[in-house]
Amino acid sequence: MAIAGAVIIGTLARYWMMRRDFRQYPSYPHAVVNHLALGFVAATLGAVAVPAIVAKEYTAVTFLALASTQFREVRSMEREMLGSLEKTEMVPRGSDFIEGIARTFEARNYLVMLIALVTSAVIFSFGLLYGIAAAFLVGFAIKNLMRGKVIKDIAKVRPAGFRFEGANLFVEDVQIMNLGLPEVKKTYHKQAKALIIEPFDDNAREILANAGQRQAIAHDAALLLGIHRDVDTPEFTPLLRRDTDTGRIAMIIVPIEPDEKCLVEAVKNVPVLESAQSSPLSSDAGKCASD
Amino acid sequence: MEIAIKKKIMAAVTCEARKVEGVPVFYAKDEEEKEVMAVTLCRVMEAVAHDMGNGVYIIVKH
Repeated sequence: MAIAGAVIIGTLARYWMMRRDFRQYPSYPHAVVNHLALGFVAATLGAVAVPAIVAKEYTAVTFLALASTQFREVRSMEREMLGSLEKTEMVPRGSDFIEGIARTFEARNYLVMLIALVTSAVIFSFGLLYGIAAAFLVGFAIKNLMRGKVIKDIAKVRPAGFRFEGANLFVEDVQIMNLGLPEVKKTYHKQAKALIIEPFDDNAREILANAGQRQAIAHDAALLLGIHRDVDTPEFTPLLRRDTDTGRIAMIIVPIEPDEKCLVEAVKNVPVLESAQSSPLSSDAGKCASD
Repeated sequence: MEIAIKKKIMAAVTCEARKVEGVPVFYAKDEEEKEVMAVTLCRVMEAVAHDMGNGVYIIVKH
């Protein structure tokens, strides 16, 4: 009873964790099946642990160690798959973003194991209803603890103006690139949108300095608003450049839907990548330098 | 270690003779033709035209 209940709840938890949102991933039907199956395996492993210990079958617990090897495979599977899809993306995700996604996939299996473990322990000792309640409690705790930051938590995002000085494109005073062709400039004047991302503090400044983080912003913005480019028009690749004096980020994009408000909203909700995290302010030298 | 060329000047387009050397140079008779040639080269090579500011467009593959 405890095992069956925990396995079912654990698998459902895996399904609940699969956020099928705009990122279109993992909404591929076969990927959903893959991850549900792995979630089932994780839930089973977590569920049998407590009853096995009670039955003095200590060897069963060693299976938990096996699980970690198994789920490390999940990470490399995701990394490989997303990596191989990069070449065909109009605006690639970038290796940092892919690493973040792959790590999340691995971690979610461990979380499923945790939910199944707690559920089976509670069902075993107190009964089914308490088990379900415990599963919900752990589920919501995980949801809150695992919620990462997004760009709006670390920086102010605001629309900005852009101009050409000769062939050089500027967003406010940040130089973006050199574009020679008048026809390209015309398209920029007609459709491009620019914005500035101003970090709140030195930690945020270093996060935004990470090129992978900027690539993730470009990818998400391009995905949400549509990008006015094809394989033979690399001029319209969205670009994010850094103001090297202040650490501000200037972004220019030529979206199919030139709606400034939506663009700002899209950029605000880009996740802060784990690999971009850094906190110079937590060190004495960093604090001293920020004065 | 993997070493790869990420950016490469594929060609240059200009109206003035002997201004560019070392890459394929396309000579245009006037500004209008220069632009048309640059656009064509960009689309064919999947590259970007950059203005050197001295009447030369370089076609760069990024």
